[in-house]
Amino acid sequence: MHELGIVFYVIKEAEKVCKENHLTHVSKLTLEVGEVSSIVPSYFRDCWKWAVERSEYMKGCVLDLVVLKAITYCQDCKKTYSTVEHGKKCPYCGSERTYLATGNETLIKSIEAS
Amino acid sequence: MDEIRIIEIKKSVFAENIQTADQLRARLKKEGSFLLNVMSSPGSGKTTTLTKVINLLKGELKIGCMEADIDSDVDAKTIAEKTGVESIQLHTGGMCHLDAEMTAQGLDGLQGKHLDLIILENVGNLVCPAEFDTGASASMTILSVPEGDDKPLKYPLMYQVCDLVVINKIDAISFFDFDMEKVEKNIRFRNPKATIIPISAKTGEGVDQLAAWIKKQVKNWKEN
Repeated sequence: MHELGIVFYVIKEAEKVCKENHLTHVSKLTLEVGEVSSIVPSYFRDCWKWAVERSEYMKGCVLDLVVLKAITYCQDCKKTYSTVEHGKKCPYCGSERTYLATGNETLIKSIEAS
Repeated sequence: MDEIRIIEIKKSVFAENIQTADQLRARLKKEGSFLLNVMSSPGSGKTTTLTKVINLLKGELKIGCMEADIDSDVDAKTIAEKTGVESIQLHTGGMCHLDAEMTAQGLDGLQGKHLDLIILENVGNLVCPAEFDTGASASMTILSVPEGDDKPLKYPLMYQVCDLVVINKIDAISFFDFDMEKVEKNIRFRNPKATIIPISAKTGEGVDQLAAWIKKQVKNWKEN
């Protein structure tokens, strides 16, 4: 739902890194998005296409969107499992004392720039 | 052809916003103003609730209000007319939430007023405002009876980030399949620490409890 807002943040950050390194154009950006980060990749790509054309530094920049698997950790049986498949309840011991270990991130991994 | 360089960034998209939010919290601490972030879906009764609670608190606390919306200034006008406290409207320019930078800009409009309590009415939305730290000292969310008791299950983050859940429109409970025990269980599942206060902004029931909660938060914050 807030994909466009996040696209703006990513572009701003990439522009900043460009300026700091005396570069003028970003040709590719790699973004890591957790499976349960509430970003919908297809919406994000649409917003991306629209927004990069409005930035001198970003025109035509290719987006490499990597989806990271969501893993939940069970505090009772100390096992990990797929969050998307099983949710909050541990499939091994049935405990609900679990927390999300990975899968909530939105990380700018790297850019390719000249 | 120019040489292409690969630069590792490895930075969370939210990192900058969190930094700005922390700076804002430090600034508010220095100015002695407690910032309360109020979130909910559209139509849950945020403005009506705030009007009632401000009128109960304004004798004891110096209050200011920031109303965030995509467009229009109806909420800021309503608050100003019905409570008489300083109220400003923020426009998010089409964005579905308010971030720390926008909040900081809004606060500039209230500077020098020596306010004890600044209430931020966020954009009506249960998804995006929860993702962005506004720099607030505390957050509350309003869940109204017609929305259903399953909302905490459907919008996990909103209920995880708030300190207080206000259940509004309890005067209408007999018209809906809304189970008070179930809603409390659902909220606890997401957030065991959250305070829950049932109110009716229309009849005024429970609003005094909400006022007392806010007063206590402001007091504790000022003392620490």
